[in-house]
Amino acid sequence: MSERLRIENLYKVFAKDPTEALQILRGGGTKDSVFGKLGQVVGLDGVSLSVPSGAMYMIMGLSGSGKSTLARCVNRLNEPSAGRILLDGQDIVPLSEKALREVRRTRMSMVFQHFALLPNKRVIENVEFGLKLRGVAPAQRRKRAEEILSVVGLARWGYHLPHELSGGMRQRVGLARALATDADILIMDEAFSALDPLIRTEMQDELLRLQRTLNKTILFITHDFQEALKLGTRIAIMSEGKLVREGTPQSIVLEPGSDYVAAFTREVDRARLFDAHSVMKAPTVLWRGPNGIVVGGAGGGLLLDQQEHVVAGLGEAQIATLKQTGELPAGRGPYLCVPEGARLVDVARSYRSDHAMGVVDDSGKLVGLLGAEQILARIANLPSPGEAA
Amino acid sequence: MIKADDLAIFPVDQWIQDGVRWLALNLRPLFQAIKWPVESLLGFNDWVLHAIPFPVMLLLIGLIAWRSAGRGVAAFSVVSLVVIAMLGVWTEAMTTLSLITTAIVFCAVIGIPIGILCARSDRVWNVVRPILDIMQTTPTFVYLVPVVMLFGVGTVPGEVAVVTAAVPPLIRFTNLGIRMVEHEIVEAGLAFGADSRQLLWEIQLPLAIPSILGGLNQTVLTAMVMSVVVAMIGAEGLGLVVLQGLGRLDVGRAAIGGIAIVLLAMMLDRITQKLAETKRDQRTSLLQALMRFLRGSRREEITAPAPPEASRQAA
Repeated sequence: MSERLRIENLYKVFAKDPTEALQILRGGGTKDSVFGKLGQVVGLDGVSLSVPSGAMYMIMGLSGSGKSTLARCVNRLNEPSAGRILLDGQDIVPLSEKALREVRRTRMSMVFQHFALLPNKRVIENVEFGLKLRGVAPAQRRKRAEEILSVVGLARWGYHLPHELSGGMRQRVGLARALATDADILIMDEAFSALDPLIRTEMQDELLRLQRTLNKTILFITHDFQEALKLGTRIAIMSEGKLVREGTPQSIVLEPGSDYVAAFTREVDRARLFDAHSVMKAPTVLWRGPNGIVVGGAGGGLLLDQQEHVVAGLGEAQIATLKQTGELPAGRGPYLCVPEGARLVDVARSYRSDHAMGVVDDSGKLVGLLGAEQILARIANLPSPGEAA
Repeated sequence: MIKADDLAIFPVDQWIQDGVRWLALNLRPLFQAIKWPVESLLGFNDWVLHAIPFPVMLLLIGLIAWRSAGRGVAAFSVVSLVVIAMLGVWTEAMTTLSLITTAIVFCAVIGIPIGILCARSDRVWNVVRPILDIMQTTPTFVYLVPVVMLFGVGTVPGEVAVVTAAVPPLIRFTNLGIRMVEHEIVEAGLAFGADSRQLLWEIQLPLAIPSILGGLNQTVLTAMVMSVVVAMIGAEGLGLVVLQGLGRLDVGRAAIGGIAIVLLAMMLDRITQKLAETKRDQRTSLLQALMRFLRGSRREEITAPAPPEASRQAA
């Protein structure tokens, strides 16, 4: 995936003249030491990250961690004090107001926590808003707004006023307004935080559904780690204005790296987060013959054809015979295969103790083996049994 | 022992008098230029209001009150006007009304743009704010002195005093209304690339309309008060009735003027207050306020029911 947005050493100090504060921060000072010495609030302290195109990039942190400041620096609602923000390689920090407006009108759009809809305008006029600012002709923008409204499931509500809609529906309008401009970067600032839990789940599913077809680069700010895990392709965790951990959801839960991050990961439902690929054992070749390969590793062995597709399972006894004689034994055991993206909870459901379990990729090729120990160890947050031994 | 009066060595009164006299002499064309539009519009309004026959006027004001504020206020307005007519001060009341309607126009033309400037620049607001403070704490009749010096006596200089006294609330409310527009909505405008003109016309001004109309209500009431006070510098109208009553120790005549003033003030207050009033969450644009005015406020409440819960869930 190509890189859409890159942030390099971004600092934000809320002060008229941040020079001194920047010196302190670059010299290893913290947010607290700057506040103690100068009374200036530090929003961002040397943040660098890279957002791939088409990513659902989650910026997660508690209040005051700088997550919103970071997102608002990207469209310069907050002016960065130092650093670079590269949008497709072009630094947007030094842009003039006019050039910045153009970027805001065409490249980025934003969804707000409290929707920020115009209460005096009808839903469809709210959706048209970005296009109107850009100067699109009325008939054309009305057509576009109607299309987008039906995408978010509000086709019948275009001529109502926002206050007649429920919270979830209002945020759909907010989302539609952001999508209408065809900007490829979407900044969602705690977009679902003001919604009640059921509606929030519904909106998360809706966003995932939309993202499959739209493939936007989404910068999603949240204080909810579960939300970050559910939606994110990558997660950046912020604390005290610094980026403390960045990675895929699975890698962060697997290796929090610090107590601060570990505190979030503790309550995570690991069975639903991790997939078969993340816990499988690499296959070791036990026997290779003219008409097949026998691999083992965990939970028995599997017989593969020349294309590395699973054709049969081998029980413990047959593996033992094979190891002794060096010949392929006659008996065959049962087996089952799971796709590598299958979540552990689903893998566990299909598990049979007497079946050898293979993990296969999209084309059906074997990529690994899986036994009960691996699944249980991951769910219980223990080191993988293979690695421990 | 030093006495307080010993300190009064500076002839401040003389200085001010000299200053104002200098202004009056040297800037006469300027004050004439200010006076001209006031005189023209006031003359026109006065002529129109007096030219409309009494029953037509009754119908017109009743209709305006009904459309903008509902049946109750309309009934009250019509009854008030009839009472004013019965008191025998109809002509004077129309003169006062022309003073007020003219003041509304000038206050809107002056006050709203200044209010917008104040809201968009802290520097302007820091200059304007103390001036407004002084203007609003100064007793209204104090305005009369410089007005007489610069503009002379009569109804037109009176109108200048009325406008001067009535404009501060509108500036304040316009400024406040724009500044109080929800921060997130302004940010939304910026995030979608609004320039400062679009921000003003698409977001700030429409959302400040209720507040501006509230300011207009205050302006109307202040103009009402001032239109009475300016009787002291020879302006005609209901104030003159009261003043004449006082001068002749004619309690009856003064009371008649007073009653008419109270009725007219209440009528104007109710009508303009209802214009500014909007339901929570339902802010209106100027256009919608006008539409509501044309269609009548009561009808919209009936024709715009809340969407049914069932269809809301289905969508």
